Amino acid sequence: MTQALTIDRITAHYGTTKVLEDLSLSVAEGELVSLLGASGCGKTTTLRLVAGFLQPTAGAIRLGDKDLTRLPAHQRDIGLVFQNYALFPHLTVRENVAFGLKQRKVAGPERLKRADAMLDRVGLAHLADRLPGALSGGQKQRVALARALVIEPPLLMFDEPLSNLDAKLRIDMRVEIRQLQRANGTTALYVTHDQEEAFSISDRVAIMHQGRIMQLDTPEVLYQRPANAFVANFVGFENLIPLQVTTRNGAEITARTAEGAALTLSQDQLGPIPDAFTLATRPDGLQVTATGGAGLPATLGLRTYLGRAYQYQARAGALSLTANGPLSQPLDPGTAVTLVPNPEQCAILKPE
Amino acid sequence: MATRIHPLLILFTVLVYVFLLGPLIIIFGASLSDTTYLTFPPQGLSFRWFQNIWDISAFRRTIVTSLQMAFLGTGIALIVGIPAAYALNRYRVTLPGWLSTLFVLPILVPEIVIGFSLLRSVTVQAGVPVWYALLIGHTLLVIPYVIRVVSASLASFDFSIEEAAISLGSPPARTFFTIVLPNIRSGVIAAFILSFITSINDVSVSLFLTGPGVSTLPIQLLAHMEQFFDPTIASVSVVLMLLTILVMIIVERTLGLAIVAK
Repeated sequence: MTQALTIDRITAHYGTTKVLEDLSLSVAEGELVSLLGASGCGKTTTLRLVAGFLQPTAGAIRLGDKDLTRLPAHQRDIGLVFQNYALFPHLTVRENVAFGLKQRKVAGPERLKRADAMLDRVGLAHLADRLPGALSGGQKQRVALARALVIEPPLLMFDEPLSNLDAKLRIDMRVEIRQLQRANGTTALYVTHDQEEAFSISDRVAIMHQGRIMQLDTPEVLYQRPANAFVANFVGFENLIPLQVTTRNGAEITARTAEGAALTLSQDQLGPIPDAFTLATRPDGLQVTATGGAGLPATLGLRTYLGRAYQYQARAGALSLTANGPLSQPLDPGTAVTLVPNPEQCAILKPE
Repeated sequence: MATRIHPLLILFTVLVYVFLLGPLIIIFGASLSDTTYLTFPPQGLSFRWFQNIWDISAFRRTIVTSLQMAFLGTGIALIVGIPAAYALNRYRVTLPGWLSTLFVLPILVPEIVIGFSLLRSVTVQAGVPVWYALLIGHTLLVIPYVIRVVSASLASFDFSIEEAAISLGSPPARTFFTIVLPNIRSGVIAAFILSFITSINDVSVSLFLTGPGVSTLPIQLLAHMEQFFDPTIASVSVVLMLLTILVMIIVERTLGLAIVAK
């Protein structure tokens, strides 16, 4: 009953503004894919297109072998969970959950039985006769989840479902969402701006920017092998060092910065390296060492305290870099050092 | 520390109430007077001026017309105004700002101007029969109230609730009745009450649109007053007040409580 979602080259406009361009995405049966990005990146637009609240100007949306593109929203059979819960304030919790079953002409007693069973699953059976106004945020979102799940939809969609909850509850709820989605084996599309949330519960994550998917992959790959500067920056590779290969010696290569500083890198560790590339590292992946060794000669600037390390703003020629150094030896601004990238925490970005 | 109410505040409050309720009490008293002229305090006690309303056929007819105008006009205004208010709020972002102003124009334009322009266009130019012209006038008069009051309700309505219902399989039209309407009901009831009162008490628009054989109670009251100055006027006023209060109670009891019980 669960089905794969295929978004095939859709373009969408708000008035004359193009908000999505030629976007393709597929979510396999039972998979949870997140759309991750800052506000205005098109992630919510994508969700609303799939839900049928917006019409694409080009492209197609399919669920299994059913073409959704021109189907009215109420015939799409998609379970939706909203950021602001969107519970019906005039109906009791039980009636809220039973609403979708009522639309499907499920008979009264059967309807109540299934609604109650679903409420039991989300641990809210004791609140069935309350009105939504009497519930806490977390309880409301559980009711919303039960309401979306009870219709046994082939596709579940979440639009920033945890944004209105406090930090502790967010973590509990995301685990709960993932467990329910796994248990039901429902295909799911999850929209969020929270990287940790997306990475923690998704099979795959699509990082979006300006109406395009910048990279779609598993959280592990995104976190360790970003494909481009945008994604690299997004997942915390703050240092982008443009390099040019000067010598190749088997798997070992030597590359130089514009200023001539040389770095030796291994293709065994980093994968194939093109002649011109950008080396991306996190602040943790740039070791602060005494001057003289191989690496980027740099001058330290501002030092900030992170608790587990000191963070330095450093200048290496024209580059502004951020590096973390050990707590054992705080260094003052102006100190000359050599910054050495740790290959385990580096990614190679091909020229775009 | 207990809050002490300043004696001046009490005095002021009493004065406001006297000012608000005094005239009504005088009218009520005068309507019960046994004299043939308006007087207060009433001399003697008699219901004959109430009986007189019933005896004068013009009053009987105009009470019926007034009720017709109030119920039908308000009804039509709700049917037109609720969807208009819905659209104005639902598509607020995409609609030009002046559009909602356009819908409340009848409040901004002096009623007497509306009355005259309707007389000129609907009655004279288009030749619409008096009763219908009057209904058009009353409907137009109250539509802005419906739109304003229902809009106020819709402004705090979360339209994602509507989307949730649609995503659960409820067609948009059904969603409007099962989800949107129940959540703006207080606005709809308020709009009904306000419109009904406005319509049943209207003079300026009706003045132009009444014609041979068709008139409303307030207009008949004016006509009667020009010839007679007996307590009938007071008793008609009392009837008008009671009628309004009665309708309010019925609406509150039926619509208001029925919904709470649901």
